[in-house]
Amino acid sequence: MANQTHTLTTSIPDEAMSENRIKTVLRLLWRDKFAFVAAIILTVTVFSALFGPWLLGRSATMMNLRARNAPPFDLSRGFEYILGADSLGRSILARVVFASQTTMMIAAAAVICSLIIGTLLGLIAGYRGGLVGEAIMRITDIVMSFPSLLLALVVLYVFSPAISNVIIVLAITRIPIYLRTTRAEVMEIRSRMFVIAAEVTGASTMRLVFKHILPIVAPTLVTIMTLDFAFVMLAEASLSFLGLGVQAPNVTWGVMVAEGRAYLSTAWWLSFWPGLAIALVTMSLNLVSNWLRIATDPVQRWRLEKPEDKNV
Amino acid sequence: MGFYLGKRAIWSGLSLFLLVVMVFFMARLTGSPADLYLPIDAPTSMREEFSRLHGFDQPVYVQFFDFIRGLLTLDFGQSLRQGRPALALVLEAMPTTLLLALYSITSALVIAIVTGALAAWRPNSVFDRIATLLSLIGASLPNFWIAIVGVLVFAVGLRLVPTSGTGSISQWILPVAVLAIRPCGLLVQVARSSMISVLSSAYVKTARAKGARGGRIIFVHALRNAMLPVITVAGDQAAGIINGAVIVETIFGFPGIGKLMIDSITYRDFAVIQAGVMVTAIAIFMLNVVIDIVYAVLDPRIRMN
Repeated sequence: MANQTHTLTTSIPDEAMSENRIKTVLRLLWRDKFAFVAAIILTVTVFSALFGPWLLGRSATMMNLRARNAPPFDLSRGFEYILGADSLGRSILARVVFASQTTMMIAAAAVICSLIIGTLLGLIAGYRGGLVGEAIMRITDIVMSFPSLLLALVVLYVFSPAISNVIIVLAITRIPIYLRTTRAEVMEIRSRMFVIAAEVTGASTMRLVFKHILPIVAPTLVTIMTLDFAFVMLAEASLSFLGLGVQAPNVTWGVMVAEGRAYLSTAWWLSFWPGLAIALVTMSLNLVSNWLRIATDPVQRWRLEKPEDKNV
Repeated sequence: MGFYLGKRAIWSGLSLFLLVVMVFFMARLTGSPADLYLPIDAPTSMREEFSRLHGFDQPVYVQFFDFIRGLLTLDFGQSLRQGRPALALVLEAMPTTLLLALYSITSALVIAIVTGALAAWRPNSVFDRIATLLSLIGASLPNFWIAIVGVLVFAVGLRLVPTSGTGSISQWILPVAVLAIRPCGLLVQVARSSMISVLSSAYVKTARAKGARGGRIIFVHALRNAMLPVITVAGDQAAGIINGAVIVETIFGFPGIGKLMIDSITYRDFAVIQAGVMVTAIAIFMLNVVIDIVYAVLDPRIRMN
């Protein structure tokens, strides 16, 4: 048991061991039922983001004027229309699946950009410190002290609201989270014995930072990343909802909610389903992040392992 | 304490200045500011006339000093849409947003502290589990979706409250509730974990040994110490409340700063956008100072230093 969980934290990709590792992860996931359901929802979402447009692209764009604002749970038009149809008679189910790709792509791109830039700057600020570190922190304070949505609105107003600009704006507003976390952890880790030992034996700064310090910070960053993915998704949806994010013909869940707003009193399903998709995915991300925090923390992991010990 | 506040004030002032610089150069980066201020279909002669009138044909540094001088004399220019000073429009809209934010954060704090404290009293009890799950759901639902579902259920379906406007008290219920849900979910989690750690400290055990009742221990002995992290997070949420206000005001037709900004963006009224950004930044700066003071009142260790 102890041996198996050990493989979770080591990085030896032996064939047999990696299989054990997957099993361990799955078992730890099974212990937390909410996180398990959340992981299933996220897997389905990733699948639909990857293959959705390829599978349902045609029915997502096909208009059927007879089915305009067709109500949900009505199977007379076929299973495609189970969630109803929008104002142009397009299947909402197909469109939600179709839109998942752009939604996920924007959030993933923004999160990865802010993760890379934030972590690098955080490593510099934490390891080097000094004037450069101080300057980085002050700029971070400024970015953090202003409501991100308002700033994003103004930036997207001045520059055109294209997908690339939405990604850049969202990435910039999220950099501080990674930066501050990385810096705080690096400052603590760099004074630990093993780092000093590596320094004494002559490891280069690069090796020290990327081989010794970064692997310790990584689990925290992954946890924050899952949380932040949810946040960025919400931010993109808000921007698109307000009409300054993603523009037609590109479609995200936020755009769909905005499009349905005009029909709120007559056809609630237009806004409800894409909104529910956003809510489910962000909630799942929160649950998985919660689970990750416990599972990657050696001090707390017993909470997930204990019930099995009782059975054995 | 004074030194601490002074330092905060200097940094906030600096960030405010950087924001000013950013807004100024952003407006110039995209070509002539006349394009930003004037409607899209304005003829070339009108653009040139406008540029000359407002000094946009001057070198950039001259424009920058003019801009700063305008800011210092509180002159943000005229609103194109309404033909009135931009600042007046923003200041008219401000109280609505501030009240909305105040009601929301207050109700979120009260609910979160009570729920968090009761959940912490017996960790892993049924109440604790329900509270934790609900708080997680609350923290992850998108604002605009809650608002839309709220309108559908309570205004369209049950007809309990109106869908929009600000005339009566009943019109405030839904927007305040929508705006409070997200911070409330986060604050419950913070209040719960901070209460759990305080409840296990030695002085609480002493109070218990003396025979103090549960309610007294939570709300008299433990609450003050457990409040500190809650206040910190509530302060961080304040900027988030403004984010939420933009959406809530748009959906419920509230004449606050968020709706003003969105309307100005729709009608390309750049003077108002600029004034709105500045006034919001100043409001958040003042709010941070207030939070610092509250923090010092609650924590003597900060007051002494």
